[in-house]
Amino acid sequence: MQTIDELIGEGLVFRGMSPEALELLCGCGSNVRFTDGERLLREGEEANVFYVIRHGRVSLEAFDSARGAVSIETIGEGEVLGWSWLFPPYRWHLDARAIGLVRATRFDAACLREKCEQDPTFGYDLMSRFAQVLIERLESTQLRLLDVYGNGR
Amino acid sequence: METVAEPIAPSRGPMAPRPFHVVRRRRETADTWTLELEPAEGEPLDVAPGQFTMLYAFGIGEVPISVSGDPAGPLVHTVRAVGAVTAAVCASRPGDVLGVRGPFGNAWPVEAAEGSDVVIVAGGIGLAPLRPALYEVLRRREEFGEVVVLYGSRTPGDLLFRRELERWRGRFDLQVAVTVDRGLDGWRGEVGVVPKLVADARFDPDSAVAMVCGPEIMMRFAADALLRRGLPAAQVHVSMERNMRCGLGHCGHCQLGPTLICRDGPVYTWDAVEPRLAVREL
Repeated sequence: MQTIDELIGEGLVFRGMSPEALELLCGCGSNVRFTDGERLLREGEEANVFYVIRHGRVSLEAFDSARGAVSIETIGEGEVLGWSWLFPPYRWHLDARAIGLVRATRFDAACLREKCEQDPTFGYDLMSRFAQVLIERLESTQLRLLDVYGNGR
Repeated sequence: METVAEPIAPSRGPMAPRPFHVVRRRRETADTWTLELEPAEGEPLDVAPGQFTMLYAFGIGEVPISVSGDPAGPLVHTVRAVGAVTAAVCASRPGDVLGVRGPFGNAWPVEAAEGSDVVIVAGGIGLAPLRPALYEVLRRREEFGEVVVLYGSRTPGDLLFRRELERWRGRFDLQVAVTVDRGLDGWRGEVGVVPKLVADARFDPDSAVAMVCGPEIMMRFAADALLRRGLPAAQVHVSMERNMRCGLGHCGHCQLGPTLICRDGPVYTWDAVEPRLAVREL
């Protein structure tokens, strides 16, 4: 059976991280599972965790009173869910809901922020990896803003 | 003696449209229709996957439309109503007559992909020109390695060939991933852009051939994602679109640098076309 360090170290985001840094990271992690429709994050609640999805898919959703829950993006295996834990006010700005069975590793944000403060090298590595995730999501959003499949009207 | 003038034989030159009857018409989405056409007389067209014809709505105008049907079957076009001509084509009903010139252009590299993995990346209406290539690959499925179909559209309601997509997804020898930009109406599938699907697809970048079709911006991002997976640019093929008019390389409307898309394309390798896309004046 694989340890959390092994599982996370093989994933897209944390691949290549030093064993020491992985140990620091995974010291704040625990494995969790969610059933279909269960919420992983809820808009407005305190952002005190983030997840690495190991199995299944999660829908990031915004709630609109007229349209209900609108899926903004789906997050799949190996991807990171949640970055609002990085900066104040540490509140989620979207909902996240499991599509089918989801297995994930949940990381305690307060625990990680403290380790980042104590070990700037670890903190820089972690922030660099999250910055890469943010860039990819931003590029994806920019492409969708172009509405490339629209008919120009 | 009374003389009778010989009737003038109708021109059969490449600029003269041949009359085709609309045989079937199926609605794909709110603004997109698939038409099956058969010649009013003479032989059916011999079309390779990736080629296009000039479709003529009599009295309105002519548009280049890629063939979307099985190369072994009748002439099939999938048309999105975005202007006067395409709206007229989409409004035609069984029994109506459309003019057809062609087929024109080159083909997807299906033969060259034999023995390799095949990665098909389509965005929006771009699935239509790729469908004939997929039919061809599936007809000779054992001659190819992994076959991957990655398809993105604006919303679930904009997905083309939905029943076929579901059938393809059910095959064990085909990887099909579909994503939409906006997940409405209880959609439980992927939400995100189609280049994102490239990262998770199973194929060997050293031996894969990619065929990409969709809006130009989407193709740029998709090609970038394929290159990041390790595919050489010469193994990434895209179908270009410009203002095609004559279809014969005479009028020059579809010029892209030193090449005429109707004659030399529409299918190009990414290494050939990418530098030209960076030139905004072209």
